[in-house]
Amino acid sequence: MIARLLLILALLLPLPAMAQSASEPKLVPDVSQRNINIQSRFTGAELLLFGAIIYPRGVAPSGQIDVAVVLRGPTRPIIVREKQKVAGIWVNADSIDFRSAPAYYAIASSRPIEKIVDARTAAIYELGLKRLQLSPTGEIETREVRRFTNGLVDLNQRDGLFAEAPGEVDITDQVLYRARLTLPSSVPEGKYIAETLLIRDGRVIMADDSVVVEISKTGFERFVTIMAQDYGLLYGAFAVLISLFLGWFAGYVFNRL
Amino acid sequence: MDIYLPIAGLSVNIVVIILLGGAVGMLSGMFGVGGGFLTTPLLIFYGIPPTVAAASASTQVTGASVSGVFAHMRRGGVDFHMGAVLVVGGLLGTLFGAVLFELLETWGQADTVINILYTLLLGGIGGLMAKDAWQSVSAKRSGKPVAASKRRHHPLVASLPGRWRFYRSGLYISPLAPLILGFLTGILTMLLGVGGGFIMVPAMLYILGMSANVVVGTSLFQILFVTMSSTMVHSLTTRAVDIVLAIFLLIGSVTGAQIGARLAQRMRPDYLRLLLAAIVLIVALRMALGLGWQPDEIYTVQFL
Repeated sequence: MIARLLLILALLLPLPAMAQSASEPKLVPDVSQRNINIQSRFTGAELLLFGAIIYPRGVAPSGQIDVAVVLRGPTRPIIVREKQKVAGIWVNADSIDFRSAPAYYAIASSRPIEKIVDARTAAIYELGLKRLQLSPTGEIETREVRRFTNGLVDLNQRDGLFAEAPGEVDITDQVLYRARLTLPSSVPEGKYIAETLLIRDGRVIMADDSVVVEISKTGFERFVTIMAQDYGLLYGAFAVLISLFLGWFAGYVFNRL
Repeated sequence: MDIYLPIAGLSVNIVVIILLGGAVGMLSGMFGVGGGFLTTPLLIFYGIPPTVAAASASTQVTGASVSGVFAHMRRGGVDFHMGAVLVVGGLLGTLFGAVLFELLETWGQADTVINILYTLLLGGIGGLMAKDAWQSVSAKRSGKPVAASKRRHHPLVASLPGRWRFYRSGLYISPLAPLILGFLTGILTMLLGVGGGFIMVPAMLYILGMSANVVVGTSLFQILFVTMSSTMVHSLTTRAVDIVLAIFLLIGSVTGAQIGARLAQRMRPDYLRLLLAAIVLIVALRMALGLGWQPDEIYTVQFL
């Protein structure tokens, strides 16, 4: 049974790979850092996403090649609220629940996305902040979803959690590419997936999302987070004691001066 | 010098945080208020998530009030009897405040309610203080003393049932009055991350009619216990107390409080009160602008 399954797999698997390697180029992507540790001196990070394009028979074809890299953080459900002026004061009036908003999203491309792929392809691969699929819950008008998505994108862009960098992917000799993406200090922990797309004639000819960057708190920061989350009583008592001590200590020192 | 705050989840400049704590501490040393009413909005303005700001500010206020309580205790400026009643009210208030906070969060109106509370409380109290301080400053200038208030405490307080004697405060009133007062400030502590001194002190003077020499000490005594309890409640419910943030705020504020206390001895009390009134009114105005004119952000994100 197992042998037969293996045989089927062995027959099936090489087919697409072989078809690809015959005519299409291959991507070998990598990243400068696969683990980012959040420690007390963490002020954000810079990631270099780079790689090589391997062409069949080692010859680069004529015509322009474009590369887009997307780094996506873990998704989570969120509520986006919108303030409106009600009876003279600004209050949260309207809101939308999004089931899967990425905590981080950055895209860099060798040329502006609109110039290298058509709208449909861009939408399928979620290329660009305008095309993020956040899965709103409930029946909501497209226009309204648009408005809230724009609000969220604007907010996160100013915080550095969303970024769009057209023209920031450098391609050398049609073979090597690299892009620099920055992560602000407020990036949440989790698995970040880097996707690299090879684009020619408005078509995505190769996509690779095998590069994973793990961001996690370590050492003291991790300890504090665990204490606060799981041992609230102990953590609170410690916070109280330390504030009492510092207050008393300052009084004591200044009385001696 | 940047440091990462593990609970707030972002990095901040230590110097800014220490200076912020120091400035607030100086005010608290000068005026006998906790200073939370300044810390929380300033932290939020700096980019700290509001819940973390409120929770960590209450931890800071604990530290800032400790040395004050000891100083007042030494010269008999704390009415423990009155303080105990206020603390009981305050503890109940923080618990109630926690429930209220959860409700407001799910309803999505926490920040609006907090802003409205700030504007009304600070505006009202700042206005009262300014009027009061201005009257005594101008009275001193013209040489005419201000006429003493005729009644000791508010008629509502006198109408409450059951009376206890509070010797140091020089009062014979129903314990319900300080209990309710403590309860209300407890709610504020939980919601706003403030100690409530800026409400407590005028309320003790004008509503309860306590003797002026025990007002600040007793208010600090109550603040100490209520902020301790609110730190605990936050640690158990919102889990938003950032110990790293609190420690750096504390380093600044306990030092600032000592400097402020020394400065206060050299300044004329009326001008001091006028200055505090001005600061309180500025914060109120800033909050009012956010409510009525233009909020900082139209869109806000809440994680589920």
